[in-house]
Amino acid sequence: MQFHHTKLDNGLSIIAELNPSVHSVAIGFYVRTGSRDETAAVSGVSHFLEHMVFKGTERLSAWDVNRKFDDIGAKYNASTSEETTLFYGAVLPEYLPDIFSLLSDILFPSLRDDDFNMEKKVILEEIGMYDDMPSFKAYDLAMRHHFGEHPLSQSVLGSVESIQNLTAQQMREYHASRYHTGNITLVVTGNTTWDEVRKLAETYCSKWPSGMGLLDRHEAKPTGGKYFITQPDSLQQHMMFMTPAPPVSLTPLDFAAEILSVVVGDDSGSRLFWDLVDPGHAESADLGYHEYLDCGSYMLYFCSEPGQVGDNLKRIEEIFADVNSNGVTEEELTQARNKISSRVVMKSERPMGRLSSLGHSWLYRREYRTVDQDLQTIKQVSPDDIRTLLKQYPLGFTTLAGVGPLSELIVS
Amino acid sequence: MPKQEIAIYQLKNGLTVLIESMPYVQSVAFNFLVPGGSAYDSPKKFGTAALMTDLLTRGAGPYGNRELTTALDNLGVQGGESAGSQHISLGGAALGSKLFDALSIYKEILRAPHFDPEELPAAKAGSIQMLRSIEDEPRQKLMVELRKRCYSQPWSNPTDGQLGDIANIEIDDLKAQYQRCFQPARTILSVAGAVDPQALIKHVENLFGDWENSDFAEPDTKSIALFDQHITQDTTQTHIGMAYPAVSYDHDRYFDAWAAIGILSGGMSSRLFTRVREERGLCYTISASLHSLHREGRVVCYAGTMHERAQETLDVTMRELRGLMTDLSTEELVRCQARAKSSLIMQQESTTARASAMTRDWYYLSKIRTLDEIHEKVNAVTLDSVTDYCKSWPAHGLVLLTIGPTALDASSLN
Repeated sequence: MQFHHTKLDNGLSIIAELNPSVHSVAIGFYVRTGSRDETAAVSGVSHFLEHMVFKGTERLSAWDVNRKFDDIGAKYNASTSEETTLFYGAVLPEYLPDIFSLLSDILFPSLRDDDFNMEKKVILEEIGMYDDMPSFKAYDLAMRHHFGEHPLSQSVLGSVESIQNLTAQQMREYHASRYHTGNITLVVTGNTTWDEVRKLAETYCSKWPSGMGLLDRHEAKPTGGKYFITQPDSLQQHMMFMTPAPPVSLTPLDFAAEILSVVVGDDSGSRLFWDLVDPGHAESADLGYHEYLDCGSYMLYFCSEPGQVGDNLKRIEEIFADVNSNGVTEEELTQARNKISSRVVMKSERPMGRLSSLGHSWLYRREYRTVDQDLQTIKQVSPDDIRTLLKQYPLGFTTLAGVGPLSELIVS
Repeated sequence: MPKQEIAIYQLKNGLTVLIESMPYVQSVAFNFLVPGGSAYDSPKKFGTAALMTDLLTRGAGPYGNRELTTALDNLGVQGGESAGSQHISLGGAALGSKLFDALSIYKEILRAPHFDPEELPAAKAGSIQMLRSIEDEPRQKLMVELRKRCYSQPWSNPTDGQLGDIANIEIDDLKAQYQRCFQPARTILSVAGAVDPQALIKHVENLFGDWENSDFAEPDTKSIALFDQHITQDTTQTHIGMAYPAVSYDHDRYFDAWAAIGILSGGMSSRLFTRVREERGLCYTISASLHSLHREGRVVCYAGTMHERAQETLDVTMRELRGLMTDLSTEELVRCQARAKSSLIMQQESTTARASAMTRDWYYLSKIRTLDEIHEKVNAVTLDSVTDYCKSWPAHGLVLLTIGPTALDASSLN
């Protein structure tokens, strides 16, 4: 396994972890832009733009783009979050030049009016699709209110209204301000050579516009509250709770938070599992640690019959109170370390899995971490680290969001 | 194609062990496939297989409920168990060094589950919660309901059970289903990844060599009862599901069917994606895929779309299904073959994918197809053979189901 990194003259950062023993090679362009970078007038533009990237350039139509990816048998896609838009693909090594040429070309799309208007319909359908998923609605509601005035509150999809009002010209301006080398990192993993990566980057990316990364980062100060979307016909109640957790930059507290979330809220064998799911009090219950550039959050989700929500909440309160005062046991810690280590190793076996860990670490920590380093850090997280974490970032219920028959929370 | 090292071994009691060593990985995936899925559930007791599966890990051999989960968690085993239509599937993935310890625990789960009556109420409560959640997710509900309407009984039985039936199920029902189905001669264990085949076979012999068989009978296949084509529900989108007959995985025309459905819905240059989503903006999600259940094959399509555009979505999709018979092109087939080649090679990077592929091959074919063999079969498909398949297995006898505020006009189906 060899790590390399460099910067082109125009400022594009390139990192690569190469491994000749795997069968494929993965490439990803991480664009540091997402819903938190949007103004209310263009809410949803980052995600919409991610779709429009596949609609072609001056030399390629939308059909050409789709066809060319399929011609080389690429496994490819794109995603948009609050902070990052990622375009990625994995191919057999002989097709690396093709996917490199294609992805680097489409990152600067034509944004034609006709394509824009057609894709707007697809985006509205996507919003409609999520509207039929109560757990997603609960996530969106919780994020909106938890982060309040902070830009992390802004929806990735935008709203029906914001998408309907968005113009192609607004998107072109947004693209010009965000898609430049100060904001993009190229990540390559798998079976190729560093010389090849550099040569391809020079050929296809050296003429990209340069620019400075735009960073408006400040820690959120959630004020909390209780929020409901009432759906009287639903059979189940979906509950989401958010509370502050460490930002990714506070290593090893971020690793400790990851371990804590597994002990308290993994989908099997955790405290929430034993107290809520195993006895049949809830359909599911989990706690996740979500990390952002300048803050983090614990996000707890459970889904149960509406009549059981109050009792479930009491059970969760008891778990939180115990963990906040007593930490976790040595046995729980060992178990969580084993689970996470297994996941890290398995994910790293495929170039596509490794791409996401490598890119995430570089973008968020500005450092390269080998799989072994990650395993070592996980192994070293101690009960004291967990106590330090809980002292600064205790588990709690700052913000509550509910979707289902209930319109308020009555705890007996 | 990458070189593969595959070993097949059968214990005297008939248990089949399929092994693929992948020396360049650290992980290992393992999968037990045992009969006993929802097709074996009695009428008015749909959910027996799901509850039996849940109870398997709520205590077995020397382990109580909590001890069992903890022991697997301590080994870092990532996996679980699920009830399908035909089978119960159990297993997961872990670091290679943990495999033998994990299999020793699975021996207890397979051979000595407690079926403790005190665990049943919690399992039932969990099952009811899950079925209620499916009712709230129209897309999930659509696929469960479509399956009931498009496969023969009892293979179409709902794998998670039926809300009204859970209360009727007793602990003796679970035990009876277990005793009828869990037998070594019908069990497949497949293991792929960092594993020494000889040592593994010895270990499996020790764990399962003295497991005995008893009588076993598959349920009889009956024809489908007719159901309505629409479920009225207040949803944001209209959810459209369609299914029609196709060949199953063991059929000699399978690769022609695979190519036809690849052209229809594989990749973003496929016909449905291009003509329904890209050219008309009718959907975010539109898909068709080939499924095999027992020995029956189906093409299953799904589309989610706003109500006012649902009729157009249905009509355009139907036109594309019919078009497969007349105007396939060489370019489309070549693209499909390129995608297959890359998928096959990349499968070698995933222990889980290899373990599942071996299990499926053995169940349907009683042999394992190497990546080379599959590649040859994919390349042997011609425009004539796939066109001929589409004419022999057209989109006729199609089952339509929609969930939304109003039913659609189904005349384009005829």
